[in-house]
Amino acid sequence: MSDNCGCNMEYKKEYLKNITRPFEDQTSLEFFSKKSDCSLFMFGCHNKKRPNNLIVGRMYDYHVLDMIELGIEKFVSLKDIKNSKCPEGTKPMLIFAGDAFDVSEDYRRLKSLLIDFFRGPTVPNIRLAGLEYVLHFTALDGKIYFRTYKLLLKKSGCRTPRIELEEMGPSLDLIMRRTYLASDDLYKLSMKLPKALKPKKKKNISHDTFGATYGRIHMQKQDLSKLQTRKMKGLKKRPAEKLTDNQENKPKKMKRRKIDSI
Amino acid sequence: MEARSAEELLARAERAEAEKLRLITVHKDLELEFDLGNLLATDRNPPTGLRQRSGPGLEAQLRGLARDNVQLLINQLWQLPSERVEEAVVARLPEPSLRLPREKPLPKPRPLTRWQQFAQLKGIRPRKKTSLVWDEASKQWRRRWGYQRARDDTKEWLIEVPGGADPDEDQFAKRLQAKKERVARNELNRLRNIARAHKVQLPSQGGMHPTGYQSRAELGKAMQVAKVSTASVGRFQERLPKEKPPRGPGKKRQFQPNIGDFAAEKKSQLELIRVMNSKKPRMDVTRATNKQMREEDREEAAKKRKVAKGRGGKRKGRPLGPGGKGKGGPPGPGGKRKGRPPGLGGKKGQRQGGKRRK
Repeated sequence: MSDNCGCNMEYKKEYLKNITRPFEDQTSLEFFSKKSDCSLFMFGCHNKKRPNNLIVGRMYDYHVLDMIELGIEKFVSLKDIKNSKCPEGTKPMLIFAGDAFDVSEDYRRLKSLLIDFFRGPTVPNIRLAGLEYVLHFTALDGKIYFRTYKLLLKKSGCRTPRIELEEMGPSLDLIMRRTYLASDDLYKLSMKLPKALKPKKKKNISHDTFGATYGRIHMQKQDLSKLQTRKMKGLKKRPAEKLTDNQENKPKKMKRRKIDSI
Repeated sequence: MEARSAEELLARAERAEAEKLRLITVHKDLELEFDLGNLLATDRNPPTGLRQRSGPGLEAQLRGLARDNVQLLINQLWQLPSERVEEAVVARLPEPSLRLPREKPLPKPRPLTRWQQFAQLKGIRPRKKTSLVWDEASKQWRRRWGYQRARDDTKEWLIEVPGGADPDEDQFAKRLQAKKERVARNELNRLRNIARAHKVQLPSQGGMHPTGYQSRAELGKAMQVAKVSTASVGRFQERLPKEKPPRGPGKKRQFQPNIGDFAAEKKSQLELIRVMNSKKPRMDVTRATNKQMREEDREEAAKKRKVAKGRGGKRKGRPLGPGGKGKGGPPGPGGKRKGRPPGLGGKKGQRQGGKRRK
């Protein structure tokens, strides 16, 4: 567990030798979280009934939000794999493989919990050469394979390098045991965004289900009789037709035209 | 001929491109989902290739899968807009798209400060001010406040004494003092706004009021607070000889429980009714004696006042009359106060004291 914490997180507080049962009684966990002002926790224990137990969880407002118990089947520690490691505190890349991570609610929460745990601080920029290691989670046949690889960038023909991976760091085979997931409304409450962060809605722009964007223009009232339309020469009124029309309406004008033509 | 050679050239160029990209292309049935803000990639393809449960084979397969996924993620990252920051190529990451639950609840909206409330009421909007102001003295644009500001009060070497002021007053010191007071008042108001926002009870400064005008009750409270503010929480504080112990924050009224002793309750109720019905008035001996004593005191006091008034009026004429009655000399001797309620004696005693000395 210290491997996990050590290589992945910068901000952690250790409390050793505390015998509690997180699934039965959460008060001690909440007390520790309040004391150290931490919201993520990892608890390891070992019983005959549940050997090699690891409980990963997070808190909201110092109360337990989600807690998932994972059993460790196979464990290879940092020290067992002998090669160069990357410095502590670098932001890892996370990859989740397998469709199981979307199928059940448990797996979805587990995925979000693991992301929360391992993602590190949110940064606006990242040095491309500084992407050092990858945490790869594969869900296969009820087991979750957690592997850590170090990144080696090789030359390829173009700008983007070719990737080679080298195994480094802890690798675990996990089985999901018990879960304690927050109720829907508590989860919704914890996901609430403050008003300032909500994306601002642009007025008069709407989107279609197919992705088409529609805009709205507001115009003043127009007099459609005076509208300037395209001139279709074929539909233009011939002089003879004009004469018959104007005879009824404006006899004076007609007279004037006649004089002009002469 | 030319067309064919053009075609050949194009084909060759395409092949070269494909060769170049061969090393970094990965074929997947379903596209991965990327969240570059979190450096996250999700592969939805079912891992059908990984059927081998055995150790080394599985590891190699996992590694292969990981390599493909990472290649795709890296391809995406390399496509982001990048810039050079101190000899390092840095890519600008977008905002993380995956929403994760918060650690702490949303902060509650702060209540408006006093000024903000007033401004809202009056409809005052903040006016945008220019950052630079033209300074006549130095003939240049200077900032409105801060280092080398436009109209700096502190740098003046001459201050005219205003018409009505004392010629010996130090105007420079007066200015400094005024500034200090303004700063202090500003700070006080800021802290008060914060306290109001947090609904924290403002510390009472030991119960004392800055102007010094306090009611008797407030002074009593301040005294109590001061007594309790010792290391042993007031346990070993002495009291004045006639001082009563403080009332304390306990219950002022005691209520019997609803379901108590039924027999006793019945008895007391019946007793009450009997007393109310009886024609003879009941007498409380202690109360009666106290009342009698008070009456006697008042009569004696009235008599003595008449005597003293007569005497005082003969000796000293008008000027002393109002002065003496108001705030006389030291309060009257304690002899008058034995066994009597001190409040009552005190009032009369003061007046008496003033007259008696003559």
